[in-house]
Amino acid sequence: MNIHEYQGKEILRKYGVAVPNGKVAFSPDEAVKVAKELGSNVTVVKAQIHAGGRGKAGGVKIAKNLDEVRTYAKELLGKILVTHQTGPEGKEVKRLYIEEGSDIQKEYYLSLVLDRATSRVTMMGSEEGGMDIEEVAEESPEKIFKEVVDPVIGLTGFQARRMAFNMNIPANLVGKAVKLMLGLYQAFVDKDASIVEINPLVVTGQGDVMALDAKFNFDANALYRHKDIVELRDFDEEDPKEIQASKYDLSYISLEGNIGCMVNGAGLAMATMDTISYYGGSPANFLDVGGGATAEKVTEAFKIILSDPHVKGIFVNIFGGIMKCNIIAEGVVTAAKEVGLAVPLVVRLEGTNVELGKEILNASGLNIVAADSMADGAQKIVELVG
Amino acid sequence: MAVFINKDTKVIVQGITGETALFHTKQMLEYGTKIVAGVTPGKGGLEVEGVPVFNTVSEAVAVTGATTSVIYVPAPFAADAILEAVDAELDLAICITEHIPVLDMVKVKRYMEGKKTRLVGPNCPGVITADECKIGIMPGYIHTKGHVGVVSRSGTLTYEAVHQLTQAGIGQTTAVGIGGDPVNGTNFIDALEAFNNDPETYAVVMIGEIGGTAEEEAAEWIKANMTKPVVGFIGGQTAPPGKRMGHAGAIISGGKGTAAEKIKAMNAAGIEVAETPSVIGETLIKVIKEKGLYEKCKTH
Repeated sequence: MNIHEYQGKEILRKYGVAVPNGKVAFSPDEAVKVAKELGSNVTVVKAQIHAGGRGKAGGVKIAKNLDEVRTYAKELLGKILVTHQTGPEGKEVKRLYIEEGSDIQKEYYLSLVLDRATSRVTMMGSEEGGMDIEEVAEESPEKIFKEVVDPVIGLTGFQARRMAFNMNIPANLVGKAVKLMLGLYQAFVDKDASIVEINPLVVTGQGDVMALDAKFNFDANALYRHKDIVELRDFDEEDPKEIQASKYDLSYISLEGNIGCMVNGAGLAMATMDTISYYGGSPANFLDVGGGATAEKVTEAFKIILSDPHVKGIFVNIFGGIMKCNIIAEGVVTAAKEVGLAVPLVVRLEGTNVELGKEILNASGLNIVAADSMADGAQKIVELVG
Repeated sequence: MAVFINKDTKVIVQGITGETALFHTKQMLEYGTKIVAGVTPGKGGLEVEGVPVFNTVSEAVAVTGATTSVIYVPAPFAADAILEAVDAELDLAICITEHIPVLDMVKVKRYMEGKKTRLVGPNCPGVITADECKIGIMPGYIHTKGHVGVVSRSGTLTYEAVHQLTQAGIGQTTAVGIGGDPVNGTNFIDALEAFNNDPETYAVVMIGEIGGTAEEEAAEWIKANMTKPVVGFIGGQTAPPGKRMGHAGAIISGGKGTAAEKIKAMNAAGIEVAETPSVIGETLIKVIKEKGLYEKCKTH
């Protein structure tokens, strides 16, 4: 789960990480009110969307007075921002972050991320801040430093110091940088984050070490123990079908095509998409109904697929292990009867309770095309959709 | 022979009184798995499906001499269940549970350093040695005894591959589902090494997916060490970048962990990669025919 920059900065403040003063605004009037309260010479008006690259896309403006704050706020609110992370359709700006301007002396990069290779949380830092870190990794990997954290002891003082010196933070400010890093690590583990990225981290003319941006991503599996984080979720940033799916613990992702897919298991779901594409079709979604799905969940999944107007046909591909085929069959039949089935439906069932599942489908009287294998089913649905 | 488990493996089921665990305990017993005990705190003294239930793993082990555990405990408590299995010095703990917080697994991995227990999973279908021992949630009937090892990050894709092999008359030694989570126990290399050392295994199917670099590392290892033919498949070849595809593992970011990179690394290590998941079986047969192993691998 992602959150906005202003929400991330509120978390950081609680952990003693220095961030510039600022507040969220939902209208130009609010933006001006916040700017007045801040009373800084220069105010930054920042578009709040769940995507990086906002600066380059014109989503960050520097205002020298309150009139400019109003002008920029009006310009940005309602604007569709297209960045390298939003996709071509872009994202509409509905919230702004109004922040006091900082006297930036130098920009750095700092992040914490789970490293699969070591199964440890790793801190990464570089003196090449403010730019795309992937580019730095590509062009000058020697400028990216890493500290691997032992989960028993946590990030240590010496590791943070070593990182600060490696990043060439001015020696007199290393203490402040260390405090920031330790706070950042504590926030990461306390809130079950999977990524925290500060780009840029800055050193200011006043001798502060501050987080000028904050990108958080949280482990969805741990949200059950973080009610405070769940409350930060912004439904405007998500696809309505994906929101509906998440209510039923379904893993659903909208795609561009016209063949709706319902599969159990993420691997098989991806492989099903691959197979549909191989036979010249185009999947409308990724949908993993998971292992412990009930007939009710399957019914909901089916409804979500059918709510997509682009869907011209549906392929259900189930290899039951923990998922029983009869449960899938019941859910499909219920949903098809409830919402009506106007598009072709191809079903491939295999695995646990497969015979029971097939009986339910046969007895339903629905117009269901049976498939013997994933390839057979993919070919049939691609033909039927045309 | 086979790897990790066989007909003599004594198994305990952690969380045995849960609905899913009960269903699969029954299925495992029907398959012939030697389930000697169950563990559910507070339910000690009960008996389910003819299996005695204990309050703790150490007690279950002391009474029954079990060496392996399978974990169906719900996600918030699953990491603790793994720790309990490790503390009881089991040889093998297989964790089926999905949705375990990743930082819990980071601590588990740290705790396991220097301990004797091998962990398979979490978020995996389990391990099955055909006709001998089934531990997990996979449908037993698709497996036949034979000479091909299967290792996979994806549960249902493992079934797909095994089913194809069986239908083509190619039996399996052991199928190992290592799970799709970013932090897990046994990895591709561990399983490949076990298959390489197993005299009954003549060839291996390795099924990966987008995200991470485990397949690339495995390809390097195969190139340097593997004496048996390996064929592969990578799921998610058409997945759009940056989208999280269900498995915590299956996310591509910054151009790393793409299907194209993985296939390239595998091809460079001499691994034939199936173009679609439907031809995993065919691809294996083609390769074992080339190596003169087809007759030896065919189920008679």
